Amino acid sequence: MAHGAGGKASRRLVEGLFAPLLFAPSSEPLGDAAHLNFNGIGLAITTDSFVVKPLSFPGGSIGELAVNGTVNDLAVSGAKAEAMVVTFVLEAGLPTPVLEAEVRAMGDAARKAGVRIVGGDTKVVEHGKADSMYITTTGIGRLISGLKIDPRSVRPCDKILLSGPIGDHGITILLARGELDLEADLRSDTRSVFPLVDALVKAAGPGVRWMRDPTRGGAATSLNELARDCAFGIVLVEEMIPVRDAVRGACELLGLDPLHIANEGQFLAVVAPEYADAALNALSLTSGGEGAQVIGEVREQPAGAVLVTTRYGGTRIIDMLVGDPLPRIC
Amino acid sequence: MCLAIPGHVVELFPDQPNAALIDVVGVRRRVDLGLLQDDMPIKGDWVLIHVGFAMSKISEKDAIDQMETLRMLGEAELAMQEVQGYGSEDELISETAEPTPLEESAKGSVS
Amino acid sequence: MKFVDEFREPEVITKTAQEIRRLADPHRHYRIMEVCGGHTHAIYRFGLKDLLPENIELIHGPGCPVCVLPMGRIDDGLSIAQQPDVIFAAFGDMMRVPGTQGSPLEHKARGMDVRIVYSPSDALKLAQKSPDKHVMFFAIGFETTAPSTALTLVRAKAQGVHNFSVFCNHVTIIPAIRAILDSPDMRIDAFIGPGHVSTVIGCRPYEWIAQNENKPVAVSGFEPLDILQSIVMVLRQLKDCEAKIENQYKRVVPWEGNRAALRAMADVFELRPYFEWRGLGFISQSALRIRDNYAEWDSERRFQVPGVRVTDPKAAQCGEVLKGVLKPHQCKLFGKECTPEHPVGALMVSSEGSCAAYFNYEHRKTAMVNSIVSVA
Repeated sequence: MAHGAGGKASRRLVEGLFAPLLFAPSSEPLGDAAHLNFNGIGLAITTDSFVVKPLSFPGGSIGELAVNGTVNDLAVSGAKAEAMVVTFVLEAGLPTPVLEAEVRAMGDAARKAGVRIVGGDTKVVEHGKADSMYITTTGIGRLISGLKIDPRSVRPCDKILLSGPIGDHGITILLARGELDLEADLRSDTRSVFPLVDALVKAAGPGVRWMRDPTRGGAATSLNELARDCAFGIVLVEEMIPVRDAVRGACELLGLDPLHIANEGQFLAVVAPEYADAALNALSLTSGGEGAQVIGEVREQPAGAVLVTTRYGGTRIIDMLVGDPLPRIC
Repeated sequence: MCLAIPGHVVELFPDQPNAALIDVVGVRRRVDLGLLQDDMPIKGDWVLIHVGFAMSKISEKDAIDQMETLRMLGEAELAMQEVQGYGSEDELISETAEPTPLEESAKGSVS
Repeated sequence: MKFVDEFREPEVITKTAQEIRRLADPHRHYRIMEVCGGHTHAIYRFGLKDLLPENIELIHGPGCPVCVLPMGRIDDGLSIAQQPDVIFAAFGDMMRVPGTQGSPLEHKARGMDVRIVYSPSDALKLAQKSPDKHVMFFAIGFETTAPSTALTLVRAKAQGVHNFSVFCNHVTIIPAIRAILDSPDMRIDAFIGPGHVSTVIGCRPYEWIAQNENKPVAVSGFEPLDILQSIVMVLRQLKDCEAKIENQYKRVVPWEGNRAALRAMADVFELRPYFEWRGLGFISQSALRIRDNYAEWDSERRFQVPGVRVTDPKAAQCGEVLKGVLKPHQCKLFGKECTPEHPVGALMVSSEGSCAAYFNYEHRKTAMVNSIVSVA
């Protein structure tokens, strides 16, 4: 189970098993989407599966996640999503209105994101499998010209930008499961981040080195992957990391760290220092980017690791988790 | 054993005297007040919550006192240094000695 | 967050850290033990070690109820849950702790019904909602948590919920502190006392540490300023050659403890003659079991429990790390066979276990970290 959580175990599965057997040998680090070149036209393609319980929660549902998730993977690899195909694996006995609601949600999300759903497939499995519904989306997009995103281009003193508050989605899901008996006025942040990425690229394109959407495993996982891929250190300033009060409260109550919590509508960007002001400005002036912050910077040390600092001089390393974040009482 | 969070009582339930709804910056949960039955909290009180039970009431006065003590850390020391910089303590508190202009200003800074 | 943010104020933290430097005698090496795993976690989470002078060493104590649980007890709990229609309910802290056949989460992957609960009362509610199943709550914790389990059993009995039982692993803190002080290879100068345990037992139970062992104790809260102020308090005592119990966590801890909580515990629990603590061996009168008047809700009496003793792998040095004799990285298995991904002992699993804390927060920090002062 830990292998699906987005952290260390997932990474080992991909890098240790899938990559050597399936991918052509390459020294390029694994990104959110694969870049292809057809006669000079740069395209990006990506796929993602969506497995979430409950299917529907404040702020969204599995269908929206499925569309936005793939649009976002393309956006952070520097591409505008153009078209998508969808696969449903449905549990026998799933009520039709439930399925219909998800299909509608996907249609709405796709229209909002400006992407066309052009085909798909459906399979039905036995009752008891598929947790009602699994959705996979595969999206293809056109690379934004001139943008060169590569963790190996990251340098010390580059700034780390975050598009908005973290933890909303993961905590919303945790609360929606109803096992912890907590209530809060929280919603999933699922949305297409392309308009923000677009604004960022228009204002600071030449300075954008790397982007990622911190989904399962949270910002800590994405930044640890970056630290590993660029072989430098990442230093974050705790007070600069935007977190909503209710997310903070839930995390304090449950002993969780917002940096480990999944997001579905945010992204991280590494930007050269001379472009950082323009980048932050562009994000904050774009609708949905008002909460953007510079949360840290790249340093030589601690190489390969992510450090969080406080204003009073305390520091701690934050690592990827092994599996899902678990509430604790100790 | 140790994760306990301050929350405040936002609602009590007349038909369930041992339950309360508490709020932690917008997150709400029912907690059991059974461990505070000797001194039940009322609406607006702050309590320490651990595994869904209220363990103790939180004294705002003690919290304020603590912060004041901490904020003053080093200030008593500074005051003493300032005093000592103007001569010995005995000279300052002596009432028979003719106060020199310097000692008077030193007295003023100690108060 | 009220009663939290004030105690994280940067300027006051800096001032308090300066006071610590002022008080610490440069010719002396101080060994201060924080008993409670929650303090261990807070120290790492807030990076408090960075604020202390080199000659103050913080030793991590055995106050981690997950860490001191012998593997055999986990196996016992899981074996009960292997029976048909039994649900294994426990706090998240327990989910990755390895038994000989795997952790609760691993058992879940193999088909066992395992649920994470935030409160023992949630486990009781689960039983009420699942009349065809039996819910076994795997209870852990020191005196902070025991009263809540006790009250839950009181409620279960009063409400006639019969498909619910507790597998009780509650332990008490004083015997653990005694074991530390009795240990020949330990030298501790002062203690940072467990603040939340003390909301239940009060401050009196520590008086023997000051009177008989001549060590200062500051019963401490868990925010950065609480822990730092506690260090100030014990340093002042050491400087003045004093030894007494001070209540740093006054806003929450009553000197006499919580009578209602102690009554609930006395009603439901009694002390076991002895109990095995991982790494510390058998300690008498150090753990709780359910009294006869609640026998029906005692998993150990409802079900057959193998009760097999499982010894730790020889190479694992959990005991020495628990007692503070060794630092985590000094254990031969640390970072190699034993990591958070594949833990050998519970100190690497529990988020307040010193090995996990050290691994996750500390061991990759280099000297360069000290040069990082302002980033923003």
